[in-house]
Amino acid sequence: MTVERPLTANIQPGGEPLSLREYEKVGGYQAVRKVLTSMTPAQVIDVMRESDLKGRGGAGFPTAVKWGSVPLDSKKPRHFIADADEMEPGTFKDRVLMEGDPHQLIEGVIIGSFATEAESAFIFIRWEYTLAQKRLRRAIAEAYENGYLGKNILGSGFNLGLHLHVSAGRYICGEGTALVRSLEGDRAIPHSRVPRQTECGLWGKPTILNNVETLCNVPHIINKGAEWFRDLSLCEDGGTKMYSASGRVKRPGLWELPMGTPLREIIEEHAGGMREGYRLKAVMPGGASTDFLLEEHLDVPMSFGSVQKAGSRLGTGAVIVLDDKTCPIGMVHNLEYFFAHESCGWCTPCREGLPWAASILQAIENGKGIPEDLSTLEKLTWMMAPGRTFCALAPGAMEPLGSALKYFREDFEQHIREKRCPWR
Amino acid sequence: MPLLTDAMKQELQAEIDRSETRKAACIEAMQIVQRHLGWISDESLLEIADFLQMTPDELEGVATFYNHIYRKPVGKYVILICDSVCCWIMGYESLQEHIARTLGIRLGETTADGLFTLLPIQCLGACARAPAIMIRGELYTDLTPERFDEIIASYRREA
Ligand SMILES: Cc1cc2nc3c(=O)[nH]c(=O)nc-3n(C[C@H](O)[C@H](O)[C@H](O)COP(=O)(O)O)c2cc1C
Ligand code: SF4
Ligand code: FES
Repeated sequence: MTVERPLTANIQPGGEPLSLREYEKVGGYQAVRKVLTSMTPAQVIDVMRESDLKGRGGAGFPTAVKWGSVPLDSKKPRHFIADADEMEPGTFKDRVLMEGDPHQLIEGVIIGSFATEAESAFIFIRWEYTLAQKRLRRAIAEAYENGYLGKNILGSGFNLGLHLHVSAGRYICGEGTALVRSLEGDRAIPHSRVPRQTECGLWGKPTILNNVETLCNVPHIINKGAEWFRDLSLCEDGGTKMYSASGRVKRPGLWELPMGTPLREIIEEHAGGMREGYRLKAVMPGGASTDFLLEEHLDVPMSFGSVQKAGSRLGTGAVIVLDDKTCPIGMVHNLEYFFAHESCGWCTPCREGLPWAASILQAIENGKGIPEDLSTLEKLTWMMAPGRTFCALAPGAMEPLGSALKYFREDFEQHIREKRCPWR
Repeated sequence: MPLLTDAMKQELQAEIDRSETRKAACIEAMQIVQRHLGWISDESLLEIADFLQMTPDELEGVATFYNHIYRKPVGKYVILICDSVCCWIMGYESLQEHIARTLGIRLGETTADGLFTLLPIQCLGACARAPAIMIRGELYTDLTPERFDEIIASYRREA
């Protein structure tokens, strides 16, 4: 059986991406042509609904539902945004997609904009992705020159401007409402989700935001159909997925695999298993804001539903492996330090609670922990549970902490009892 | 003496022209000025705010929020060292100690010759090839102390 890898088919590791002409030769921009010349926005959304494409930004929200939630009679111009901020530690799939095949993303943005009747589009990219910026800039210029962007695209009457916005850097910018604030020229502070951004977003206009990987799937679904897309996967969620593995595995890397590939296969086959002399202690399946899983969970299929059932989240599909020679408390401290630093400071539990958690963890790691610290940490996970803060940063930060308290209890207690880190 | 030259103002104007509001160009505007002048001094902040018709406080609020807008002078080459989880597992801390020792500076400081500034950064998206650093937008991965010494020597030659 040949495994299809639509997202990475054009990507040559280490090589230059396809130019617009080369991209057209392998079928590129056919999907834009099809959509603009023979489909209505509602038909495009219907295809997405049948394909059951779920957002790859971390939450797995159905793309068709998002695109369909822009009220038909709502204000114009509408805005369409590709979220290319990618700052979740462990995650680098969108970088590889943008560096390797920038036209694929642009095509997805054009189709998404058409489906939601947006006239202005943005790719919001993080500052550090300099190579992706360079390649996207060239690709966007080519797309304008060849009439895929601009006025009256392919004679269809559809107009679309696309701007690459280079962020000045903060993790919170990747959160949808904060990202919009940042584009408006403000501090990136999330706000309430009522009214929804699909009704009132950038400059008060309906705004649709999707992850890069989500959008890269779109042209393929248009070209090959919803059924083809669903059949790519091994599970209830359709398509392929960009999975990565990092930490002390033999071959850390990134692979496009059928959605629902077991976690064990990713770690043992694709990443080659653990390095000589190291054993696997735990795994974060989808980036820094997902709960740890243990060896006993490795057979879980990496799909949104299955990982959730195992007690974590698929998140970004970025697997981070913790080995037995690395201190789990040190690792959780590093994670909470990151989140504390990245809090935008808007709501109290997050602004005050995350530095508190980080400092307790540091004390425990340095042999200064006391038994009460564990109940304080537990209280903090409750204080920052979903629904108590404006955005998902703080609840996300509590996922590694809560699961660490559950799975590494003995390690916490040993640190406190022996007043030192046993790994040092 | 105004700091913003006509050439810079032209670049700023181009950003304003494609923006919905003048203010929406402010992050780009500060990045442009920083490219020319190295950092955002109080004087340039005032001039940019004036150009964008924002209050200085409003622009200062934005300037201080983002990682890559510098409100203090930095060296010619800013070295960003990733301190996030995968680089932590792969030992960025000992690399950081090596860098600090070699350059004789701590995080946030600049070498006396004004060449290098060392700053921490969140995950650089190079997690499979940790530890990673970035110098002037250029990514270096799978970094060892020896490799770092070679890289720094080449920047010194270039400077
Ligand atoms: C703190 C925070 C940071 C986020 N960063 C990103 C990001 O860098 N890229 C991204 O696509 N989504 C990010 N998200 C998720 C977005 O808010 C949003 O759910 C997603 O982009 C929607 O796209 P999708 O429906 O295509 O998945 C972040 C969320 C939070 C709470
Ligand atoms: S949870 Fe944290 S990051 Fe999110 S809005 Fe509140 S303070 Fe800001
Ligand atoms: S954690 Fe350092 S590059 Fe990702």
